[in-house]
Amino acid sequence: MAVVFERTKGLTPISTHYCPGCTHGIIHRLTAEAMEELGVLDQAIGVAPVGCSVLAYKYFNCDMHEAAHGRAPAVATGIKRVLPDKFVFTYQGDGDLASIGTAEIVHAAHRSENISVVFVNNAIYGMTGGQMAPTTLAGQRTTTSPLGRDPAHAGYPIRISEMLATIPGATFIERVAVDSPANVRKAKRAIKRAFEIQLEGKGFSLVEVLSTCPTNWGIEPPNALKWLKENMIPYYPLGNFRDATKEEVSDGQ
Amino acid sequence: MAAKGRVTFSQDQCKGCGLCVDVCPVHILALDRESINAKGYNPAYCTDQEKCIACTNCATMCPDLVIVVERL
Ligand SMILES: Cc1ncc(C[n+]2csc(CCOP(=O)(O)OP(=O)(O)O)c2C)c(N)n1
Ligand code: SF4
Repeated sequence: MAVVFERTKGLTPISTHYCPGCTHGIIHRLTAEAMEELGVLDQAIGVAPVGCSVLAYKYFNCDMHEAAHGRAPAVATGIKRVLPDKFVFTYQGDGDLASIGTAEIVHAAHRSENISVVFVNNAIYGMTGGQMAPTTLAGQRTTTSPLGRDPAHAGYPIRISEMLATIPGATFIERVAVDSPANVRKAKRAIKRAFEIQLEGKGFSLVEVLSTCPTNWGIEPPNALKWLKENMIPYYPLGNFRDATKEEVSDGQ
Repeated sequence: MAAKGRVTFSQDQCKGCGLCVDVCPVHILALDRESINAKGYNPAYCTDQEKCIACTNCATMCPDLVIVVERL
């Protein structure tokens, strides 16, 4: 008899505060498992954001640092430059990274800081009660777009991965989703690859993970996964947008 | 022949979200509407342990890591 699935050592035994069915929990697990499998838990320093994952420092079983809203990439930059032998990652929501923290993420990528970013896009501000985010879909109802997001008024949702992939310093950019077991397994591979890139000293890596917010979307958890699949994936296509490590290989051939 | 497995839930940690229920290919998971755990939710449980094939789909989707899967 063999245990084929059990709780990773990369997470503390604490039960999270996340709402039932919120996929932040799955993404925490993938991040923690990737660190455990790469053997970096003892040398890891994570930077937690502002947003529902503001308490991530209680859950990841490694050193953690808190950052002001959107500033995690700047804090991670400082940590990594002072302690280059540490494994440094940020975990950020879309309100954090794609709104108030856009300057920080763009310039961290531009400088190709040797850090890894787990970017959780749930198309809404969860923690504050479901306001419209830059990533909220056209027509999506939120507390600040009760009739649905009107692009004429609020602009179209921002595609962060596509944008960052145009930056030469962005070594690895991939978008994944956690709406099905197959996609969760793929998401894990992407996060692990992003982390390996940092360990290889190859610069900035980011994985955008399409996630749910059943509470503020007002959709029961299993249907929230369906909503993600049917509405988010068509606008936010999954896949790798940049892998400069492969480009190097093909350039040399 | 499919593998045989055993699935165990830490029911006191379960938030009753039901994400595991839909992804079980042999349909042996359900929320226990007869009980309420300390968190105030109807926890998930296995209705027929014999049929588990140890695919780990349920644990893969569980946001709260309440599921352990063993292959027998
Ligand atoms: C400087 C500052 N501005 C605004 C806020 C309020 N605020 C807290 S969380 C949040 C948005 C969080 O959304 P997101 O990053 O998408 O994370 P989620 O909660 O959805 O996981 C905002 C605007 C704050 N805490 N600090
Ligand atoms: S408010 Fe939304 S993002 Fe925050 S924990 Fe609840 S479901 Fe998750």
